[in-house]
Amino acid sequence: MKTLLILGAGTAGTMIAKKMSQKLDSQQWRIIVVDRNEQHYYQPGFLFLPFGSYKPQDVVQPKRRYIPNRVEFILSDIERIEPEANRVLLTENKRAISYDYLVIATGCDIRPEETEGLLDGGGWRNNIFDFYTYEGAVALSHFLEKWPGGRLVLNVAEMPIKCPVAPLEFLFLADEFFTRRGIRNKVELIYATPLSGAFTKPKSAALLGGLLEKKHIHLEPDFAISDVDSSANAIHSYDGRELPFDLLITIPVNGGAKVIGQSGMGNDLDFVPTDKFTLQSKKWPNIWVMGDAADIPASKAGAVVHFQLEVVVENILAHMAGRELHAKFDGHASCYIETGFNKALLIDFNYDTEPLPGHYPIPGIGPFSLLSESVINHWGKLGFRFMYWNLMMRGLPMPVPDKFSMAGKQA
Amino acid sequence: MSEDILANIAFDADGFMTDANAWTPEIAHALAAREGIELTERHWVVLNYARAEFKAKGEAPTLRNITKNTDVSTKELYALFPGGPGKLAAKIAGLKKPTGCI
Repeated sequence: MKTLLILGAGTAGTMIAKKMSQKLDSQQWRIIVVDRNEQHYYQPGFLFLPFGSYKPQDVVQPKRRYIPNRVEFILSDIERIEPEANRVLLTENKRAISYDYLVIATGCDIRPEETEGLLDGGGWRNNIFDFYTYEGAVALSHFLEKWPGGRLVLNVAEMPIKCPVAPLEFLFLADEFFTRRGIRNKVELIYATPLSGAFTKPKSAALLGGLLEKKHIHLEPDFAISDVDSSANAIHSYDGRELPFDLLITIPVNGGAKVIGQSGMGNDLDFVPTDKFTLQSKKWPNIWVMGDAADIPASKAGAVVHFQLEVVVENILAHMAGRELHAKFDGHASCYIETGFNKALLIDFNYDTEPLPGHYPIPGIGPFSLLSESVINHWGKLGFRFMYWNLMMRGLPMPVPDKFSMAGKQA
Repeated sequence: MSEDILANIAFDADGFMTDANAWTPEIAHALAAREGIELTERHWVVLNYARAEFKAKGEAPTLRNITKNTDVSTKELYALFPGGPGKLAAKIAGLKKPTGCI
């Protein structure tokens, strides 16, 4: 009996478990999934929690519900991965699992402790909140219910982060939220980012920058945070700028799972060096890396995992059969960007092509419009939650093409 | 340092050298002068490390990587290369523009 071991049962781990359980002969292969958490969070929903438009129960389901019957699910932390010995040690009962193939899908998480004064300065979850965790987003929703207004600073500590458009979406939704509450004139919105503009890719950066201006959101570019001073309620940058705040929304440093670093398998932020096309580990040929855990230059987002899935399945099966790895991931990402007041943008891009205007997925028709605001895009975003739980996580086909295409795009 | 030494060097649109092998320490001084920086021993700790990393990995190191593997702190990096230390150090070290993370 051979073993396929999957570390992590989030978006990537759940999807690959389902897919491989359909592909591998159960007489020859056992499939094991390890995760330390019982709950599966719909992470794109965290964005809506602070504003009360999603309730906590909308974004959480038991992980086991989406794990196929033939797959063994183990609830445990990982003590260490030993890639040279093809073995993983768990904290639960000190169990050791030997594997033939390993898929690392351990995701990434925030590390507020990396920024001086952020976690330990006295302001954490008093007037400093994150919305990249379930607890943070829920705590922020309670805070915002009663907040009378003031200076809201949103700071991205360092790139890369999960879902790089989420900070912008938060600000657009905040603009709407405070407008509807009738206190927009009492709220200043400031976006302090380490990037030189609103976004990384030129065409969308210009468009999103224009939207910020239109909505009276002040952009503070090239802001590399050095510390948070909660006694003065201000953040400082390494080049000596000071930004006072009444409410600080932080996107802290993002890192991979700490066990990756402890096992000597990661880069400086514990992301796993991975071939950006085959998604195979650069060092160990029987290890594949999916989703946020990889160091590849693609967005860290669920839609990206969806586009990676077929590549990983095909390449693992090819490797098992001793064939060459032909499947190549193209860096395809497709993101809805909420812009407030029931509108959204859609961007679709890959390693080589930046987001362009046009229509998606049917050229010339849509129904979704690329790089321009529309109500339909907003419903696409809200509809995605249904598709996530009912199609993606159940291994059913999604109504969008996997491969990036230039059709319908205006270069 | 004069600009003459840079006359025959190829740059991309953002002023990064397109061929890291054409770089010399003299070129670094000239490039630094363009940015209003006079190179000190501490600058060279960063530049030498950046070039070694680039040679090994084909990519200029991130700030986090530099501070983790040298004795230069982030604060000092910003003092040495005001504005954007990552980009500036790569530029003066003759490396291609660091790829932004998305």
